[in-house]
Amino acid sequence: MVTKRTKRPGLALGILAALLLAAIILSFLLGRYPVPPKELVGILLQRIFPAIRPFWADTMETVVFNIRVPRILLACLVGCCLSAAGASYQGVFQNPMAAPDILGATSGAAFGAALAILLGAGSRLITLSAFVFSLLTVVLVYLISKVARGKRVLTLVLAGIMVASLFNAGVSYIKLVADPSDQLPAITYWLMGSLSGATKKDVAFVCAPMAIGLLPLFALRWRMNVLTLGDDEAHSIGVNAGRIRLIVMLCSTLVTAASVSVTGMIGWVGLVIPHLTRKLVGNDYRYLMPGSMLFGALFLLAVDDVSRNLLAVEIPIGILTAFIGAPFFLWLITRKGDTF
Amino acid sequence: MAHHEKGGHVLSIETSDLSFSYGTQAVLKHITFTARDGELLSVLGPNGVGKSTLFRCILGLLRGYTGRISVGGKDIRSLSASQMARLVAYIPQSHYPSFNFSVYNMVLMGTTGQFSALSGPGPKQKAQAAAALEKMGLAHLAEKDYTHISGGEQQLVLIARALVQNAQVLVLDEPTANLDYGNQLLVMRQIRALTADGYAVIQSTHNPEQAFLFSDHILAMKDGAVLADGAPSEIVTSDRMRALYGADIDVCSLYDDRLRVCVPKGIIQGK
Repeated sequence: MVTKRTKRPGLALGILAALLLAAIILSFLLGRYPVPPKELVGILLQRIFPAIRPFWADTMETVVFNIRVPRILLACLVGCCLSAAGASYQGVFQNPMAAPDILGATSGAAFGAALAILLGAGSRLITLSAFVFSLLTVVLVYLISKVARGKRVLTLVLAGIMVASLFNAGVSYIKLVADPSDQLPAITYWLMGSLSGATKKDVAFVCAPMAIGLLPLFALRWRMNVLTLGDDEAHSIGVNAGRIRLIVMLCSTLVTAASVSVTGMIGWVGLVIPHLTRKLVGNDYRYLMPGSMLFGALFLLAVDDVSRNLLAVEIPIGILTAFIGAPFFLWLITRKGDTF
Repeated sequence: MAHHEKGGHVLSIETSDLSFSYGTQAVLKHITFTARDGELLSVLGPNGVGKSTLFRCILGLLRGYTGRISVGGKDIRSLSASQMARLVAYIPQSHYPSFNFSVYNMVLMGTTGQFSALSGPGPKQKAQAAAALEKMGLAHLAEKDYTHISGGEQQLVLIARALVQNAQVLVLDEPTANLDYGNQLLVMRQIRALTADGYAVIQSTHNPEQAFLFSDHILAMKDGAVLADGAPSEIVTSDRMRALYGADIDVCSLYDDRLRVCVPKGIIQGK
C-alpha cells in the first residue's frame, strides 16, 4: 500500500491559528445580547485608545468585558488544556485511547465538587474543592501504582480506572443523599459541564496552574516522541523515561484539574481532538502539541458558541461535545483510505 | 583513555563475573566475556536462557546485578541514560509502534541524547540522521511511514537510529527474527559492514548457521551460564550444538568449511 506523506504540518498549524482567530471574533458578535461589529471594535479599541468617545450603551460594554471576554477566554483555555493533556497522556502511556481522565483526574474533580455542593459551599469553594480532589486522586493513583507489582504503565492505568470508579461510586452516593430540590440539580448540572457561569475570577483562578502545566508540555514535545517508543527504547536512546513521564503526568494533571474545576465534566475533547490533530499534522509532537492546543481551543469555543446560541435554553457543553465529537470520530475511523 | 590493547583489538565491552537474580531465581550466573571493536559477537542459546537479561544488564536497564560491566574500560553501573546512550546503542526487534512516525523522524530520535530535554533536534542532528539513512541505503524511504516499509527495512532504520547515537557498541536483539530469507541476508550484510567501520556488535540469535557464517566470536549460553566461548569453528560443532539445544544434531561442513549446516539427525533418520 502506498501512502502519501505530503502533510504540511506548518501550513496546517497556520490554518488552525487563523480559524481560531476568526472564531474568537465571531464569538464576540454571537449571543443573546447583540453586539454589532462596529460597536465591538469601538469597545475593544477604547481600552487601548481611551480618547475614543463611546457611541454604545454601557450595557454593551459590560456584556463584552464581563461576560463574553471571560467566557471566550475560558473556552479557549479549557479546550487547549484538555486537548494538550490528552495528547500528552497518549504519548507517555503509548496508548492511543488515553484521555485526560485516564488517571482519575475528572472523577476526583466530580467528587470534590459534589461533596462541596452537598456541604452547601459557594461557587468559589466548589471550584477549589474540585481542583484539590482532582490532584489528590492522581497522587493516590500514582502512589498505588508505585507499590503495585507489574509493569509501571499498566499498573498506573489500572490504578487510574479503579480509583476513578471508587470516586464515581462516591459521587453516586452523594447524589443519593443530596437534597433533591436544590443540591441534586446543582450536582447534576455541574457533572454535565458548562461554561455558562464563566467569570473573570474563574479565568484568574485557572491562569496560573494552566500556564505552569502547559509550558513544560510544550517544551518537552520532542521527548514525548521518544517516549512513544516504550521505556526500554527511550532509555537506550538516552531518555530517562520514568522522569519525563512523571513531569508530563504532573503537568497534564494540573491543567486537567484546573479545567474541570471551573467547567465541570467536559468529555471527548481530550480524546478526540488529539486524534483529529494527528490526522492533520501527523504524530510528531513538535507539531502535534501546538496543533492539539490550537484545535482544542477552536473546537471548544465553537461548540460553546453553539451551546449558547442554538436554543433558547443553553445546552450544557459537556453534552454537546459528546454529540458532536462521537459521530465525527466514528466517521473518521470508518472512513476509507486511512489507518490508525 | 582506559582502553586495553589485547590481540590488536581494543576491549570495547567486557563483563566479569556478572550474575543476576529475579528474587531467588538466578538468571545469569558468573558471565564473563569480552567483545572487541570491529568484531561481531553472537550470543547463542535456547529460549529463556538469559540472553535478554544479559542484554538488559549491558544496556543499563537492569541495575541489580553483581559483578562488573565495563565499556571502553569504564564501569557502567552508575551512568545515566544519556551517558549510556553515548556508549551503547540498542537495536530492538522491529515491532509495530503505538504511533507511526516517518522513517526520517524515527532515525532523528537517535540524536535525542545530544540536546537538552526542553529542546529539539537542530541542523547538526538533522544532517546526522540524513547521513545515517544514506549509509544504510534508506535515503529514498526517508519520508515514508515506518509502518509501511518492509520488516528488513524497518530493522535497517533501527540500525540507522543507533548509528546517530555515536556509540561504540551496538547491541541487537535477534535482528533477523521475523524476517524472510532475503531480508535476513540484507540485514546481516549491513551488520557485518558495521564491524568493518570499527563498531563492536553484539547480537543474539537462534540460528547457529547464521552465527557461524557472520560472527567473529560466539558466546553459547545455557541455564544462565556460559557453556562455551570462542571462535565460530569451535562452537558450531555437533557436540556443542547437541549440548546446547538438547537435540540430536549433526553439524555438516560445506564449501571448505566456510559454511556449516545443522542437520536434525533424529528427524531425518525417522527416529
